[in-house]
Amino acid sequence: MNFLMVMRLVLLQSWQTAHVALRALRRNKLRTSLTALGIIIGVASVVAMVAVGNGARARIESQVASLGQNLLNIFAGSTRTGGVFAGLGSASALTLGDAEAIRREVPDVVAISPEVTTSAQAIANGRNWQTSIVGESPDFLKIRDWKLASGSMFSDRDVRTTAKVAVIGPKTATELFGPLDPLGQTVRVKGIPFVITGVLESKGAGLNGQNQDDRLIIPYTTAMKRITGDRYVRSINVQVVSSERMTAAQDQITSLLRQRHRLTADKDNDFNIFNQKEIADTANIVTSVITLLLGSIGSISLLVGGIGIMNIMLVSVTERTREIGIRIAVGAQASAIQLQFLIEAMILSVLGGFVGILIGLGVARLVQALSDFKPIVSLGSILLAFGVSFAIGVFFGFYPAQKAAALDPIDALRYE
Amino acid sequence: MNAVAEGSNVAPVIELRGVTKTYHSGEVEVHAVRGVSLDIVRGDFVAVMGASGSGKSTLMNILGCLDQPTKGAYRLDGRNTKELSRNALASLRNKKLGFVFQSFNLLARTSALENVELPMLYSVPVVSYRERRQRAMRALERVGLADRRGHLPNQLSGGQQQRVAIARALVNEPELLLADEPTGNLDTRTSIEIMGLFQDLNDAGLTVVMVTHELDIAAYCKRIVIMRDGLVISDERNDKRRIASQERAALDQAEQKAQLA
Repeated sequence: MNFLMVMRLVLLQSWQTAHVALRALRRNKLRTSLTALGIIIGVASVVAMVAVGNGARARIESQVASLGQNLLNIFAGSTRTGGVFAGLGSASALTLGDAEAIRREVPDVVAISPEVTTSAQAIANGRNWQTSIVGESPDFLKIRDWKLASGSMFSDRDVRTTAKVAVIGPKTATELFGPLDPLGQTVRVKGIPFVITGVLESKGAGLNGQNQDDRLIIPYTTAMKRITGDRYVRSINVQVVSSERMTAAQDQITSLLRQRHRLTADKDNDFNIFNQKEIADTANIVTSVITLLLGSIGSISLLVGGIGIMNIMLVSVTERTREIGIRIAVGAQASAIQLQFLIEAMILSVLGGFVGILIGLGVARLVQALSDFKPIVSLGSILLAFGVSFAIGVFFGFYPAQKAAALDPIDALRYE
Repeated sequence: MNAVAEGSNVAPVIELRGVTKTYHSGEVEVHAVRGVSLDIVRGDFVAVMGASGSGKSTLMNILGCLDQPTKGAYRLDGRNTKELSRNALASLRNKKLGFVFQSFNLLARTSALENVELPMLYSVPVVSYRERRQRAMRALERVGLADRRGHLPNQLSGGQQQRVAIARALVNEPELLLADEPTGNLDTRTSIEIMGLFQDLNDAGLTVVMVTHELDIAAYCKRIVIMRDGLVISDERNDKRRIASQERAALDQAEQKAQLA
């Protein structure tokens, strides 16, 4: 017999054995489906949970990205009055001079915007709306990676001349103007009329859950002089040339500000710098842990399902002892018996895996339909789940199959 | 002692030489077979008789290559079974031997036809689906059950089940049919039918070895071997052989008369 003939023989015999195994499974439909259920639940939960985990990761990533690229937030330090933490930016420490110094002396900084914020009533079109009034520089759009839906941003000249111009968030625009085009309209804040030059694109909720679309952005000079009356800025937002230069720029800004604020070596910083990359890294770790956690819950149910298969296969071997005896008596080789039970276990687990994947996909769809959360199903997790269920079939089917093949035909034939 | 009467020049299909079988059950050694030498030629029809514990079942298992002798040699069709691997023995059972059991041992929830096909599933080279069907049908026809091919075992009478089992034993054209108390679970009339079938098969050239403890069943055989305590104590040709076909005809007549009366 040459190699091809041997291969043909092996294939044909496996095919016949698979037939025998399938028939045995069909004969016990209820048991077959209950056994497969263990694997179905395991695979479905792995697929669905990994999809939910990936969805959470993608969502957090997009929110972190919506902060802007390579962003450093410099906040004035907190004030403590008798141990009460008053919050970042509450100290009056950062000045426009600081911002100017950073722009001039830190070459990695490509965009800079001093920020002052307050909350006030905006009045226009005969309506009132409480909104955030945010003073920024024209670099704001670049730093936050934000675009205008219509109109244009105010200019550096507007900043120098403390012009009464504003860019309006889409939410604020809808509240004040309804369906009207807000461009060129006037909105009054604290009695001062601002001409609207642009409308922001919608960005939705930020990392802190606040709606970023509800705000009125005006030149920081105008905000300080006419609205807040402050000499200090709440924060300075800075964009760095590349993510590799983030740490260097942060160090340079730190030493520059310490020098400007005349802080001696024994004193703490009176400001805080938030590195957006660090936030993103932390968020990534959190989401990875979540994905891992969800995945391991699914894996445990897969393991339980596998043990279920082994259990049922062992019962099946005992129950069919006589059948095995008959097969051996009429000339079945031990390997054929072993293969039969192994294939039964594999059919159970692969079938369960297949149905489980479908159900997992369905659950992911359902989550998407019932919430605004979007799970992401990856091909990788599907293939993994399928591969794992196949491996479970082989692993947990092997021992019962071995046991079946090792039966003594005389005892097996006498078994009642 | 040895009753190989006809054609002693023919090589026997079964040669047992000083076969013993010892079991260890706990501390005790059980000598089930204690030195049996036996030749069975092709075309013979042998009954092995004995009380329970006489070693006849153990001998049957050895003849069926389900068990190996502790000592001595068993040649089946000229091959010493001691030298064969497990797989080679499986192949030997598949090709050269057919088994018929007291409890029929059909696969439950499997049709008569598929039960008959079973040995061919394990044949080397592989038997094609179509050939399997054809040969199984032919075997069922031979035992007169072609019209019951789709029936499940629990839809058949005991005698029919045993005939399916015989068809299964015949399907690979064996050298030797081994029957272990084939009529043990059957009524008298069905027993006569089964023995008639064996006699027909034997007339067609098949060698049959049958274990039984009933003398009137052994009476259908050509040769009767009696065992006691693991030894052959008697081995004789059966001169007053019962012929099942004649007895059935007589039985039918008697029944008809009874119904008329």
